[in-house]
Amino acid sequence: MQTDWIMGLIGGVLIGLGGLVYLLGNGRIMGASGIIGGLVDGTGRSTAAERLTFLAAVALTPMVLIALSDTKAAATYLTSNWLVIIASGLLVGIGTRIGNGCTSGHGVCGISRLSLRGIVATVFYILAGGLTVALFRHALGVI
Amino acid sequence: MRILFALIAGALFGAGLFLSGMTDTRKVQGWLDVFGNWDPTLAFVMGGAILPMVLAWQLTRGRQPLAGGQFPTPPEPRLGHRLVVGSVLFGMGWGLSGLCPGPSIASIGFGGIGGLVFLASMLIGMFAAPKLAETLDRTVQPA
Repeated sequence: MQTDWIMGLIGGVLIGLGGLVYLLGNGRIMGASGIIGGLVDGTGRSTAAERLTFLAAVALTPMVLIALSDTKAAATYLTSNWLVIIASGLLVGIGTRIGNGCTSGHGVCGISRLSLRGIVATVFYILAGGLTVALFRHALGVI
Repeated sequence: MRILFALIAGALFGAGLFLSGMTDTRKVQGWLDVFGNWDPTLAFVMGGAILPMVLAWQLTRGRQPLAGGQFPTPPEPRLGHRLVVGSVLFGMGWGLSGLCPGPSIASIGFGGIGGLVFLASMLIGMFAAPKLAETLDRTVQPA
């Protein structure tokens, strides 16, 4: 358990350093939903190359780390309920774009500049997430 | 130059998400599960990530991005219904599966078919979001 917290802190600092490089280098907020969403709805067409490079690096780096380590293959332990997976994906896609941010943009980048919008968004998605887990895990037993 | 910064930022973000355990949906749902076996790891990840970002925002003062251009404008103080509704929808989706946009990309290589279905659903949601946001605006503030 304690190892998890330490790894969480180390991994968290790496995430923050990524945001630092993206901000001080390119002058952009490192928000995953914004970087992906701009490619999907076309609003980020002029910066498509750097968005795609960023996403490719996000996807490939864990693969490199897995290849370098001799631990067993990593897993997400995602639910096998297809309905839940699809509903979850749709809600995350719609919600992050309507709310203009996710855990990285509103959470990490927003809170660190004391943005009221980032703080309020984070409070709402954590409350909604907590209630959803309470309802679907403990009341309904679906997840 | 912009591509290089995007590559470094993406690599740090991907490594951080993976090493911190945020690509493990059990840890994310465990953090949201306050009525169950609560897992505080995510708070350490968030805290760790915010530290370098506080420094990053300090360093933007009186400077320009290294690759040119401008830093993001100060956060808009207005909250608005889009921020709240979007964040609640995102939180619900996040709670259902334990995945958010960043980890969904970071786990492409080992998340299996379920991860890809989540990703496809998320992209469809992002594609539909602008239209849904307009509908939301009309519902909240009828013309």
